[in-house]
Amino acid sequence: MTEKSFQVPIMSEIYAQGHKPEYLYWVGCAGAYDFRYKKVARAFAKILNYAQIDFAVLGHEESCTGDPARRAGNEMLFQMQALQNIQLFKQYEVKKILTTCPHCYNTLKNEYPDLGSTCEVIHYTEFLNNLMQKGIIPTIKANNNTTTYHDPCYLGRANKIYDAPRNILKNMGYSINEMKRNKSFALCCGAGGAQFFKESEPGTKEICTLRAEQALETNTKNIVTACPFCITMLTDGLKNLNKEEEVQVKDIAEIVAENLSL
Amino acid sequence: MSISQVIFIITLIITVGVFLFSIYRLAQFFKLTKKYPIGNWGKRISLVLKIALGQTKIFRFPFAGFLHAIVFWGFLVIIFGSIEMVIDGVFGIHKSLKVLGVFYDIIMGFGDIFAFLIAIAILIFIARRISHKVKRFDGQEMTPKAHKDAFLALSLIFLLMFSLLGMNSMEAILNPENSYPVSNLIAHILPICPCKAEGLYTFFWWTHIELIFIFANILPYSKHFHIFMSIPNVFLSRIEPLGKLNTMESITKELQLMMNPETAYEPQENTEPVRFGIKDCEDVTWKTYMDSLTCTQCGRCTSVCPAAQTGRKLSPRKLMMDLRARMNEKAPYLIKNKNYSDGKSYLNDYISLEELWACTLCNACAQECPVNIYHPQIIIDLRRYLVLEEGKAQGGLQAIFANIENNGAPWQYSPTERLNWINE
Ligand code: SF4
Ligand code: SF4
Repeated sequence: MTEKSFQVPIMSEIYAQGHKPEYLYWVGCAGAYDFRYKKVARAFAKILNYAQIDFAVLGHEESCTGDPARRAGNEMLFQMQALQNIQLFKQYEVKKILTTCPHCYNTLKNEYPDLGSTCEVIHYTEFLNNLMQKGIIPTIKANNNTTTYHDPCYLGRANKIYDAPRNILKNMGYSINEMKRNKSFALCCGAGGAQFFKESEPGTKEICTLRAEQALETNTKNIVTACPFCITMLTDGLKNLNKEEEVQVKDIAEIVAENLSL
Repeated sequence: MSISQVIFIITLIITVGVFLFSIYRLAQFFKLTKKYPIGNWGKRISLVLKIALGQTKIFRFPFAGFLHAIVFWGFLVIIFGSIEMVIDGVFGIHKSLKVLGVFYDIIMGFGDIFAFLIAIAILIFIARRISHKVKRFDGQEMTPKAHKDAFLALSLIFLLMFSLLGMNSMEAILNPENSYPVSNLIAHILPICPCKAEGLYTFFWWTHIELIFIFANILPYSKHFHIFMSIPNVFLSRIEPLGKLNTMESITKELQLMMNPETAYEPQENTEPVRFGIKDCEDVTWKTYMDSLTCTQCGRCTSVCPAAQTGRKLSPRKLMMDLRARMNEKAPYLIKNKNYSDGKSYLNDYISLEELWACTLCNACAQECPVNIYHPQIIIDLRRYLVLEEGKAQGGLQAIFANIENNGAPWQYSPTERLNWINE
């Protein structure tokens, strides 16, 4: 299947032309480099195109928010990253930032202000939910799909965004079979706190396997989530259970893009 | 002044004296800890109304939550009667607050009902602990001492309610015009002649008040200290989103110095060298120490922790219990000698690296804690000490730091590849 083409304006270029886009789309390291998550970045960019949103990305000027460094205890490195990124926001007079990754979202929104950032930070689930409410993105009601939704810790517990992703799924015609542990009770996928980047400590089971088991209990054929690390971890969990053929893990943006045939 | 008044006043003075000593001792411990700024007083009141008085977080575990809420609300009502008993005891009066009229009758009536309900709830709690069905009451940090502590407090509360009901029932026998719904029934059932009721009333009265005195003085050394600490702890707890970690200002200052070297010549206000993060008990802020004193050891945090659930050596409850224990061990010496060292520390001797690095900072523990403890603060501060002071990070993490520093991403890709996702 060939993907439809889409436009991604680069901040430095359009700023030089004298245009200040309304939104900065913060792609994040996973969006830029993670094999699986690049597809999500593309899906989201296509939706932005479709909804005719005035946005730009930083491209090679974007640098890690510093979240994994901070959570692994390297406050020095985190602050250096943050100060550098904030300087960039100031340079391009960025007012609003759109993020897909909940870790980027949390850091940019909650932690950067301590170091001088004044940008409004919006998570794409809330953004898309809004566009649907305004009718800018059509909703699809006739559909008989069921799914289950995994709440990423940094979207859910950390920032209390539980309803927006669920509303989007419902607007795309899905009915949601909730896992036993959902919303503020949700179980972590096992990647947070920089765990994604290190060997895990010995235990009786991988956290991602336990979470995948909980998802499978709902008899779902697809698990939807909204975080690059959750996608990878849940996919790993399914692999550990030999279920990766039968059950898919998808991001909300992919679901929306698919339903709009983008 | 009657002899019983004298005895009462003496026991009261002893009680208050011992209690004040315990508080003074803790205050000395608090002095060893670090600063932690608190603001936003308005929001905190609604926090207390919701979480403490409304018991909203307790209800996240519905069965135990319901029983606990009864005990909590009951205590709030019964305390009114306890205050009356102290006034009565000092001045040698009987039912001094009766002057409050209908309000008094209502409060006392509810107190009577609650005493009964609490007694039942406590019996269920004790039975539940004995039958060993509650997984979260076990774990490496739950030593026999911790279990005894729980049983002692539960037994004391049961005796408190028993003596209160006994007192009320005797009053009901002596005075048919009372407002005790439950004790009135008991009075009707019990074949006790009014001639004996008076003596029994006095017996229960003294038993009840002395138990209160004993209980109050055991609390500061028990997990049940949360009876005093939980409301203040909720009031002082974090109001920021769970995902936000605090910014180390000492690092910000250092970075500013690096970027603007000319400011280096300006006199620095704070010349005392600061330790980054937490190594030992005196490195924590007063708020973190307060968290450890407030912990009820209920284990809700550990029961939802993904690391603990998958057999890893991490228990958020243990972070709290160990901090309290370490402070008890070291602080008395630290108070006398600021440079005291016993060669041990909270990190390593209490909390192992394996525990520390197993945390996913998912915040499930903090979300669940009924007294609003924020465990990730300890985790992150211990990691900060290791990384910033000792340059130690678990295995793969050093490589990640290097990648972020050199490539601006945790992976080893060049920034020039940042736009490749568009065309793939
Ligand atoms: S934040 Fe850490 S300690 Fe708390 S529940 Fe999650 S993994 Fe466990
Ligand atoms: S930290 Fe909170 S949830 Fe954990 S045992 Fe203590 S009181 Fe319970």
